[in-house]
Amino acid sequence: MIILAFIVQTLRIATPYLLAASGGLLSERAGIIALTLEGWMLTSAFCAALGAHYAQSPWVGLLCGVAGGIVAAALHAVASIRYRANQVVVGIAINLLAIGTTRFFLRLAFDSSSNSPRVPGFDWFTSSGAGAGGVLDTLASLLNPLVVAGLLALPVVGWLLANLPLGLRIRAVGEKPEAAESLGVDPARVRWVAVLAAGALTSLGGVYLALDQHQFTDNMTAGRGFIALAAVIFGNWRPARVAIACVLFAAAETLQIQLQGLQLVPSQFVEMIPYLLTIVALAGIVGRAVPPAALGKPTA
Amino acid sequence: MSRSVPGSFAVAWLAPLIALLIAAVVGDILILSFGQSPGDVYRLLLEGTWGNAYGLGQVLYKATTLTFTGLAVALGLRAGLFNIGAEGQLAAGGFAAALAGLAVPATTPAFLAVPLCVVAAAMGGGIVGAVPGALKARFGASEVIVTIMLNFVVLALLNWLVAARLHVGESLHTPPINAGAVPRLADLAPAFHGSAANTTIVLAILTAAAVGWYLFRTRAGYDLRATGLQPDAAEYGGIRVGAVRFRALTLAGALAGLGGVNYVLGYKHYYEEGFASGSGFLGIAVALVGRNHPAGVPIAALLFATISQGGLAVNAIVPKQMVEVLTAVVIIAVAVTVPEVQRLAAAGRRVA
Repeated sequence: MIILAFIVQTLRIATPYLLAASGGLLSERAGIIALTLEGWMLTSAFCAALGAHYAQSPWVGLLCGVAGGIVAAALHAVASIRYRANQVVVGIAINLLAIGTTRFFLRLAFDSSSNSPRVPGFDWFTSSGAGAGGVLDTLASLLNPLVVAGLLALPVVGWLLANLPLGLRIRAVGEKPEAAESLGVDPARVRWVAVLAAGALTSLGGVYLALDQHQFTDNMTAGRGFIALAAVIFGNWRPARVAIACVLFAAAETLQIQLQGLQLVPSQFVEMIPYLLTIVALAGIVGRAVPPAALGKPTA
Repeated sequence: MSRSVPGSFAVAWLAPLIALLIAAVVGDILILSFGQSPGDVYRLLLEGTWGNAYGLGQVLYKATTLTFTGLAVALGLRAGLFNIGAEGQLAAGGFAAALAGLAVPATTPAFLAVPLCVVAAAMGGGIVGAVPGALKARFGASEVIVTIMLNFVVLALLNWLVAARLHVGESLHTPPINAGAVPRLADLAPAFHGSAANTTIVLAILTAAAVGWYLFRTRAGYDLRATGLQPDAAEYGGIRVGAVRFRALTLAGALAGLGGVNYVLGYKHYYEEGFASGSGFLGIAVALVGRNHPAGVPIAALLFATISQGGLAVNAIVPKQMVEVLTAVVIIAVAVTVPEVQRLAAAGRRVA
């Protein structure tokens, strides 16, 4: 039972990481730096809460959240693909923009500087009350379309990159856009598709956060977008390894939460794990992380 | 992007001006969406910042920190390196200054205690900057990712140190320093009473001048700029690119660390969790709008300090978060217009 609870909690914590990392992987393999995962998630979490509140339906929240994520991704694409702006600068600015905009509209829409009202989520079975605290209840908390999407996201992105013509084009524009162009592929267009799809995938992570907690709270992503980016890099831009990294980071967090009473390791040290591992991976001390060759470079 | 624009001064400043215009339009839309008049809001913003001594003092205080973090980003960019770590470097500098101030006895004369704390701040930031510098020089690790990730590590480490060992009562700050405090501007000009502005501003101006001298008047500065413009050519010309990059990021970290002096020695006299509160990230905006020039950075710092303080001034009629949106819009607009203006200017020269 303890082990089951551990696995279930790990999967729930891993869900936003898996979703955002699948978006980050797609974007980075196409050559666009994914510093914006945090901002995309925050935007979509707010839009999801807004939609779910006004329609009183989690599905409308889901739609609004994805729409918000795609709009934020489109802004990133316009600046860094169309106008060839520096992707690092734009990425950081979009994260700041997401924090500012969500705070502004939180006050405009809900007249609050901290959180939205309670919104409906995808909890079909947990609120029934039958057999509360049992094994079935623990398992039922996984019956959430977004948890399922999280489990499927990286396998699907991996399959797309490996097997579909679009996946080949994405990898080509991320490694050598000039070569792709000489074969008749429009690199800018492929990057647009990749970034918008990345925005949609990442936004599911933000929607999950808002609907799982039944509200939007100020800066609720709290660095999760950067943990997802860390997973992409620590996973060396390979789908299977990225998925393992996401679950690993989530398991460390779960362990820390469940052992909180024992005071074995300060929580701040557990927080550092993903970031420290990423720095170690980049330095190449254990298995060098090699980014896509054209990452961050504008197309001609 | 680190390159200064070939050609004229006007081209260098055109992009930031266009960006400000775009931000003003976005600001109008936000203000109208809140049902207020843009003219009233902007008037209130100016009155609350440059219109009275207290507001001006707050602007000068914020501009002081932003000058340091802006210089930290600008110096990195001159070497072709993106220092996103100013946030963590600033916090580490403030923490080191507080530690030094706590370590010395209360009887230490100011002419000893102040320089000691200032050097400690530079060292604290410098150590944090040296990590990505060493990893870049030795392994070619992307300084963008390392500095971002290191921010989280440094802030978590400092939070733990304060929470586990150094905090006072239920607070998240250290005890006050024994010695090393610097005078507030209000001590010299009573009109500034109540504002946080302090004499660290003098250090900021001197530091900007020193960075200018270093970049444009010394051999090491020439090597740094050459590395930033064309690393392969610099290497071929006999410059040790790895060593230059290590030095640049360490120095950048030290510059950001000095920003901690403003809060710890000049304002609160203790280190507090979260005092950096985004000033490190704003340094990127400051460097960008200041065109990576030691003379432009303090001006850009004043601009962003005005916007930031202005948010508080207008909070009664529109949410202060409006200025966070505007700051981000300025950054995106500058990032977009700089390559465009350069392209148009280049096309213009070809035609002429």
